[in-house]
Amino acid sequence: MSTELHTAAASKVTLKRPSLRPRVVWVIVAGCAATGLVVGPLLGLNRTMSVVLAVVLLLVVLPLAALRVEGARRATDRLVTIVVSVAFSLALLPLLSLLWTTVKYGVGRFDPEFFFSDMRGVLGEGGGALHAIIGTLLMTGAAAVISVPIGVMSAVYLVEYGRGRLASSITILVDVMTGIPSIVAGLFSFAFFAVFFGPSIRFGLGGAVALSVLMIPVVVRSVEEMLKLVPNELREASYALGVTKWRTIARVVLPTAAAGIAAGITLAVARVIGETAPLLIIAGSTTNVNWNLFEDRMAALPVYTYYSYTIPGIPPEFGIERAWAAALTLFVIVMALNLLARLSARLFGSATSR
Amino acid sequence: MSTSAPARNRDPDEREDTARALSGSRHVGDRVFAGAAVIAGLLILVTLAGVTGFLVYEGYPALVADPKELPGGEGFLSFVAPLLFGTVLAALIALVVAVPLSIGIALFISHYAPRRVASTLGYLVDLLAAIPSVVYGLWGIFFLAPQLVPTYVWLQENVGFIPFFAGPASATGRTMLTAGLVLAVMVLPIMTAVNREVFLQTPRLQEEASLALGATRWEMIRMTVLPFGRSGIISGAMLGLGRALGETIAVALVLSPSDVITVNLIGPVNTSTVAANIALNFPESSGIAVNALIASGLALFVLTFLVNFAARAIIARRREFSGANA
Repeated sequence: MSTELHTAAASKVTLKRPSLRPRVVWVIVAGCAATGLVVGPLLGLNRTMSVVLAVVLLLVVLPLAALRVEGARRATDRLVTIVVSVAFSLALLPLLSLLWTTVKYGVGRFDPEFFFSDMRGVLGEGGGALHAIIGTLLMTGAAAVISVPIGVMSAVYLVEYGRGRLASSITILVDVMTGIPSIVAGLFSFAFFAVFFGPSIRFGLGGAVALSVLMIPVVVRSVEEMLKLVPNELREASYALGVTKWRTIARVVLPTAAAGIAAGITLAVARVIGETAPLLIIAGSTTNVNWNLFEDRMAALPVYTYYSYTIPGIPPEFGIERAWAAALTLFVIVMALNLLARLSARLFGSATSR
Repeated sequence: MSTSAPARNRDPDEREDTARALSGSRHVGDRVFAGAAVIAGLLILVTLAGVTGFLVYEGYPALVADPKELPGGEGFLSFVAPLLFGTVLAALIALVVAVPLSIGIALFISHYAPRRVASTLGYLVDLLAAIPSVVYGLWGIFFLAPQLVPTYVWLQENVGFIPFFAGPASATGRTMLTAGLVLAVMVLPIMTAVNREVFLQTPRLQEEASLALGATRWEMIRMTVLPFGRSGIISGAMLGLGRALGETIAVALVLSPSDVITVNLIGPVNTSTVAANIALNFPESSGIAVNALIASGLALFVLTFLVNFAARAIIARRREFSGANA
């Protein structure tokens, strides 16, 4: 008899703690979502507020259920899990919304005329961004020509040669340079060239210089990372064969890191190609195609976007359409460059992709 | 592709030469290459010095000019003070919104999301940083601002006693708060990236020890990940602050600026920021006004430089002490 009592008591004391089954959790999530989305509109809330209502419901219901079944600590854990997931989806919302808005307003003028005509003599309808696209390509290209050698060689210095105070101060200053506001880079370029050419100077090369100030630290940082990934054994093997240091770097280290370096440079280009502020200051704006970096104002896509919105012409809706088409073009270019960088890192080097 | 090293014979002179080549200092090619590398490194120092130098050179005339000639007519300080106020205000709004959000996002990527999709999710957040600021500006005007108008009206009606929401609520939604929110989205990626990095560096043994002692996931995070990552969170926030302080075009497009100082975040009259003010006025300015704008740019440069420098110093110090730079 005593054994029977004993087993009865033991059946109540289990080692497994009570917990909400995953299926129950999903039912609660689905229930809250459905309630929010059905009740919300009935209460006269718009779509955004209905979603908010559903999320708030979930934030209350699931932790309460957990509190009853699992206790306070696990309830807190569930609450934090929801909060963290909501935070993440909140970050994706602007991305989707930006994409959607830009495509929605941008496709209207995303036509051949937009890409093959400039703005000379255009007041209202029509017109295009050919001059701005050419300007952007020229100035970004020139910026890359300036920044890539300086950036790559600085990174080589930091990784392969740099010791002591000079190297550590350069490292810190590269970091600080990453944070220079783009408008300050434009002001610098203007201040520099104004000393030589007077205060009305506006030309493409100035824009390229301003973009370089923004681009160099990005190039240095990414190339540095890539060079650090090159195994030391390769360098040592090369030295052991009697190869000099500079040939080791040029023939072994740099080629090994080439894919990563290319990806880094592509990302750096993507970063500066969308810059508006510095070009607004030093490259100015124009309505004609200008192929000459050394003379006269030069339009760029971001600046074109900016002015198409702020000075849309008469009637204004055509200017605003052009602004969105240019924004969409920029969006596409930047995303393509980012994908390209990621693909090249993926395809050519496993060391560079995480 | 002949990478063959020159064949060495047994001549003692040649061996000497090899030794020199290996030590890497005497060889002509080596010297030229090393020299080029050093020069490139020095160019970075020169550029930074040049930025400061030329901004001072072109900005100085505004500092010593007759106050009446400057925009506003009351001297440089009263020209730049409202702008600095607006800059800091917009950046602080961005920070208040973005810091908690970025911690949540980083935690989600580092400790909640399944391993296989985590890096892709991180990439999606990074994409936000790639979008040009002028696109953000248009998005702010055409999408975000109209969405926020009802909220602003509600804020004014219900919590209008707080000076921030005193109103009258802007009908277009193009307010300081909208600008701050756009900035928050723009600085999210860098803050998330820094946070994610430090969260992932949390010593695995500490995490597993706390889980083994029966901690829930959140308790593990609160006791190991967050304390370990605190300095990283701070420096990430400061890097974001630096970005927000210097952002130009998005703010210039979204705000409807004037030269008043107001803490009213939802009204139709906003304090401008330094960067936005330069972008809006520079193309039409001439003479001493240009110098004044450059001088205000110098003030912005100094401000962001200090913030960034402090952030980097915190990161560097953390590396020294935690040994987490592996």
